[in-house]
Amino acid sequence: MKQTVKVKPSTNEKIVVDAKGKDTKQLNEILRQLVAQGHTHIELKNVFGQRYIGTDLRKPVQIDIYGTPGNDLGSFIEGPRIVVHGNAQDGCGNTMNDGKIVIHGHAGDITGFAMRGGKIFVRDDVGYRVAIHMKEYKGKKPVLVIGGTAQDFLGEYIAGGILIVLGLTLKRDEKHRANFIGTGMHGGVIYLRGNVAPHQLGKEVSILKLTKEDLRELRAYVEEFASHFHFDSEEIMREKFIKLLPLTLRPYGKLYAY
Amino acid sequence: MNRVFKLNNPYNDDKVISACSIFGMIDQSGRCFSGECVTTAIANMQVRSNGLGGGFAVYGLYPEHADHYAFHIMFLDKKAQEETANFLTENFLLTHAEKIPTRKTAGIVDPPIIWRYFLKVNSKPRIELEGLSEDDYVVAKVMEINTKIDGAFVFSSGKNMGVFKGVGYPEDISHYFRLDEYKGYLWTAHGRFPTNTQGWWGGAHPFSILDWTVVHNGEISSYGINQRYLEMFGYRCTMQTDTEVMAYAVDLLMRKHGLPIEIVADIFAAPLWSELEHMEKTEKDLRIKLRQIYSSLLINGPFTVIIAHQGEMIGLTDRIRLRPLTAGVKGDMLYLSSEEAAIRLICPDLEKAWIPRGGEPIVGRLYQKEKKELSHRKKERG
Repeated sequence: MKQTVKVKPSTNEKIVVDAKGKDTKQLNEILRQLVAQGHTHIELKNVFGQRYIGTDLRKPVQIDIYGTPGNDLGSFIEGPRIVVHGNAQDGCGNTMNDGKIVIHGHAGDITGFAMRGGKIFVRDDVGYRVAIHMKEYKGKKPVLVIGGTAQDFLGEYIAGGILIVLGLTLKRDEKHRANFIGTGMHGGVIYLRGNVAPHQLGKEVSILKLTKEDLRELRAYVEEFASHFHFDSEEIMREKFIKLLPLTLRPYGKLYAY
Repeated sequence: MNRVFKLNNPYNDDKVISACSIFGMIDQSGRCFSGECVTTAIANMQVRSNGLGGGFAVYGLYPEHADHYAFHIMFLDKKAQEETANFLTENFLLTHAEKIPTRKTAGIVDPPIIWRYFLKVNSKPRIELEGLSEDDYVVAKVMEINTKIDGAFVFSSGKNMGVFKGVGYPEDISHYFRLDEYKGYLWTAHGRFPTNTQGWWGGAHPFSILDWTVVHNGEISSYGINQRYLEMFGYRCTMQTDTEVMAYAVDLLMRKHGLPIEIVADIFAAPLWSELEHMEKTEKDLRIKLRQIYSSLLINGPFTVIIAHQGEMIGLTDRIRLRPLTAGVKGDMLYLSSEEAAIRLICPDLEKAWIPRGGEPIVGRLYQKEKKELSHRKKERG
C-alpha cells in the first residue's frame, strides 16, 4: 500500500510522524518520501516494533525515535543520525555503512552486526554476539561504544573496527559476566574497562596494555560517548582499560587449507 | 500467509521475516484480566508468525469449576467425539460438557469440533490399587485418548485453566474463541511459524498436560532422545511438534520429581562443560550429576520458552540464547516477550525492562499468600 505524505517542500524544521498503526513497510516508505522532499529532521513517535527503520536512507538526516523500534534498526544506513529515546531491540545497526546511532537505553542481541562504518553509542547494556563480524576497509572503520556491560560472544568473529565496553552499569569490583569474548577474533580492537578473567576470553585473543596512541584514540570516543549521555569522561578514563587484539589474522587458515 | 513472491519491489523488503512470537503476563497479586491486552501484544509481533498457528493459555479461567479437570478436546469427526464422550463417562465423573463458544472469523478456516468437559476422578480405590495419584491417572487417560481414539486430541487437561489454539494468526484465534470474554491472572500466547512439521490445529502452541503449558520459539534438535526418554514414563507424543516434549518434561521434572525451576533450567539448558570448569566444587558436582541423571532431557538446539502452571510463569532460553526474550515489570505484573515493543505497546511506563542471560530462568509467582492458599486448597481436594 502506497502512502503519500503531504507537506511543504524542503525545510529544516523538524517534522513529526505518528507511527501508530503503521507497519514496517509503510513507515519506511514515509521516511523515504520525507527525505526525498528534503526534510532533514524527522521525529517518530509511538514506534512499537517497526523494523528496519531508516534502512536505505543515504542522507545525513536526523531521526529521533520515541517508543521501541523493532529489529534491525538503521540497517544498511549510509549517513543518517538516529537517536532512540528508549531501548533498541535486536540487530541494531546491521551492516550499517555510515552515520550514527545513539541509544538512550539498552540494545539487544547482535548490535552492530557486520557493521562496516559509522558509529553506534549505547548508554546501557547489550545482548549476545554484539559486534559479530564487524569489519573495516581502508578509511571505513566502524566504532561501537557500549556504556554498560555485554552478554556472551561479545565481538565474535570481529574482523575490524573499534569496540569499546565501559562497564558503567557494573557495581564496584563486579566482573563482566560475558563469556567467549572475541571468539574467532581476527581483526579490529576491543577496549574493555572493568575486570574479566582470562577464561572469559576466546582462544584467539591476546590481552595487551594500551599505548599512548591507543589512549588518545580511546579518549576521543569516550568523550563523544560522555557528551551524548552526560557522563564525566575524565572519571571514566581514570579506570584501567585492557586492549584485546587477535593473535593471528587467519585463525582458521590451517583448519580449512590443505 | 505472508506473500513470499511479489514483483516490482525496488527495495527487496518483502523477505519473509518470520520466526515465532511468544508472550506472557502474570499479575502476581492474582487479579484477573481479560484476553484483550495479551491479544494486542502478540498481534504486534505478527511478522514473526505466518498464520499457520496461534494459541493461548489462561490461568484462573474456570473459578466456578476450580476443582474439576477441564478437558479441551478437538475432534476431527462426530464419531471420534461420541467415542471420546463414552470413554470419559466410563473413566470419570463427567459433570458438564459443552461446545466451546466461537465467533465466525475470516482468518479461521475449516476448524475441527472443539468441546470442553469438566471431570472429576471418581474411581479412587482403583487408582490407589494401581499406586497412582489423581494427576497420574489423568495423564494416563489423556495419553489413552490421544493414542487410541482416532481423530480425538486432548489439548488441555488442567484445573482452573485452559488452552485455546488452532491454525491462524493468534489474534484471529483469540477472536474466534472469544478470549476477550474470559478472565485470568496469567496468560501466555504464541504465534507460530512452523519449521519442521506441518501447521495443523493440534500442532499449534501452547502444548500442555494437566495445568502445565509451554509456548516455544525455536527448534528442539534433541526431540528424538527426549521423546524416547519420556515414553519410559508413559508420555506419548502425538501432536507432531517438537515442543510437546517440553510440556511432558516439565510435568515429569517439576510435578513428579518435585524439582525447582532453577534445577530444571540446569537440566534443559545445562551449562557448557567449559563453564563447569570454572565453578566451585559443590556447584560443579551438582551440575555434573544432573547431566548424568537427566542427560536425556537436555534440550538441545535454539529455544526460548514460557512455561506456566497454576500460580507461576517461567521464561527460559537455551544456554547460548539463540532465541530472544525480554522481561518487563510494572507493579504486580511481570511480562515476558520475544520483543520489547510488544510489552511497551500495552504498558508504555514499565518500571524495568531487561534481557535475561541465556539459561537463566525468569520467574513470576502469585505472592506467597495466594500460593499457600492454593496448596492448602490442593491438600483439601486431595
